[in-house]
Amino acid sequence: MVVDGMADESAETVDRLFHALADATRRDILRRCVRGELSVSRLAAAYPMSFAAVQKHVTVLERAGLVTKERRGREQLVRTEPDAVRRARQALDELESAWRARVDRMSGLLARDAGATTGPVTPARDGTTTEGTDR
Amino acid sequence: MTVTSVDKDVDTLTLTLVADFTAPVERVWRLWADPRQLERWWGPPSYPATFEEHDLTPGGGVTYYMTGPEGEKFGGWWRISSVTPPTALEFTDGFSDRDGAPDPEMPTTSVRVTLTEHDGGTRMELRSVFDTREQMERLAEMGMVEGLSQSVGQMDALLAD
Repeated sequence: MVVDGMADESAETVDRLFHALADATRRDILRRCVRGELSVSRLAAAYPMSFAAVQKHVTVLERAGLVTKERRGREQLVRTEPDAVRRARQALDELESAWRARVDRMSGLLARDAGATTGPVTPARDGTTTEGTDR
Repeated sequence: MTVTSVDKDVDTLTLTLVADFTAPVERVWRLWADPRQLERWWGPPSYPATFEEHDLTPGGGVTYYMTGPEGEKFGGWWRISSVTPPTALEFTDGFSDRDGAPDPEMPTTSVRVTLTEHDGGTRMELRSVFDTREQMERLAEMGMVEGLSQSVGQMDALLAD
């Protein structure tokens, strides 16, 4: 059951999304790729900037999960990520956050044992870790 | 850092997570095998879990509910497929409906946990697989990814301009 500790991870993902979308060239690249996959060189030809600069924009979009890049022969093809893949990624991110929070709480409990034999127990350890503030 | 690695495979809908603890294998196993220990980490502090049935034998079941801040209850269940104390446990993890019966509409995941001795402590490897893509998608639809979905919605709106 997954209802746990998603806040932090999601916030990071959202930050990456908004950063990716905060640039006019990147938004334009996205629009072009929605209509079908395009090679980085085709894209580069469309903008008054270097191939490397366009490639950098594509990388930002890729990190935000908005496009995928695939090498075919000498070309690098850019396409927008299908909804299904995006949803799968979201669900797995959820699952990851839930399990990370559980592992944190497990560590907290184990640390409490150690505390019991060597000194005073630190209270409320799991109360703080589950908010994901340590990541 | 406790979690040493995480791998997510979008094609097979699989999460693989490795965590290292300084405690011995037997001790980490007890976190799973003792329901009173389990309920201290399974649910978030704001949704503490109460385990009712807890039978870690092949074919055995585990049932629990989590209680929300408003007193609302959310039930869940495990069906144990294999168990090798104190090193391995496999089970299906699902949601229950209001009457405590497994809810077929809700996603289930197959979970495999293995504990091995590692550097004087314990390495826990956990693999969790969504059993069907349809169910996984329902999870996304249910708004459990609300924050993110909303942002993605706003983003789609931006792109539609």
